[in-house]
Amino acid sequence: MTSRPIATTRSVMGVPTGRLAVWWVLASEIVLFGGLLGSYVMLRLRHDAWADQSANTSTWAGGFNTLVLLTSSLLAVLAHQAAERGDGQKAARLLRYTILGGGVFLMVKALEWTHEIQAGFTITSNLFWSFYYMVAGLHAAHVVAGMVMMFIVSLTAARNEELHRVENVGIYWHFVDVVWIFLFPLLYIAK
Amino acid sequence: MTVLTPHTRADAPHHDQTNYVAIWGVLCALLGISIVGPMFGVRLLTLVTAFGIAIVKAYIVCAYFMHLKIEKKWVAYILGFMLALMLVFFGGTAPDVLERDGQQWRKTYVEPATLGGER
Repeated sequence: MTSRPIATTRSVMGVPTGRLAVWWVLASEIVLFGGLLGSYVMLRLRHDAWADQSANTSTWAGGFNTLVLLTSSLLAVLAHQAAERGDGQKAARLLRYTILGGGVFLMVKALEWTHEIQAGFTITSNLFWSFYYMVAGLHAAHVVAGMVMMFIVSLTAARNEELHRVENVGIYWHFVDVVWIFLFPLLYIAK
Repeated sequence: MTVLTPHTRADAPHHDQTNYVAIWGVLCALLGISIVGPMFGVRLLTLVTAFGIAIVKAYIVCAYFMHLKIEKKWVAYILGFMLALMLVFFGGTAPDVLERDGQQWRKTYVEPATLGGER
């Protein structure tokens, strides 16, 4: 007899335990990113000189990355849709395309940072750039974590196993997308 | 406690017919507006197109992609409570950060001049 993880088979208050855990993780992430963004907004409102610093970020690079993340979110929700239909192979394929989207996002970010660092804007330049690298870096770390989790989930999904995980990892990925939706105007548009 | 079979969900959602590509199209259109709007250089328009649309985009992703629209209500309450905590944090600390002068302290830091003048 094989045992199954309790997250797969139990539901508390109508929400499967695995998905419930993801929601609690996201609740803590709201405080993490909310605290950082709240501090950023406060200081940005107070210091007009920050506008001159943010003028050096590339709106087009940020806009392109927003498009990439929105598209990867679409792929993640389509993977969930495929999983609900019991098509694990399609779900796994769509998850891998989502990972590819995350890869493109990180590549653009790396090019952007290289350009900015070469121009002399480093994490120690001033408070704006400290925030910029801190918040964008923390977000990028979440992108990497999501990519790793999606890869692991895609392996089991391809065998038509543990398909509920496709939704769980998708919810996490959409949250990463939502965080970027707020980072984009704060770091790239408000100049 | 409900026992689930491996590939079923407890709340049996019916979102399989949702046109996600159309929702993505709306999100892309909103992204375009949020980039073009601030180019006019009007402060109010920038606030509405950049930050107002960001809120709309985030709502659409949460409601339709994360399925919060059909998720148990208390999940949204948990997330909303966390957002409310952030507002408490902001409201509690912003007055100290944003004030230029106080009764018990003196600010010695001199703001650097901005390239674009006072905003």
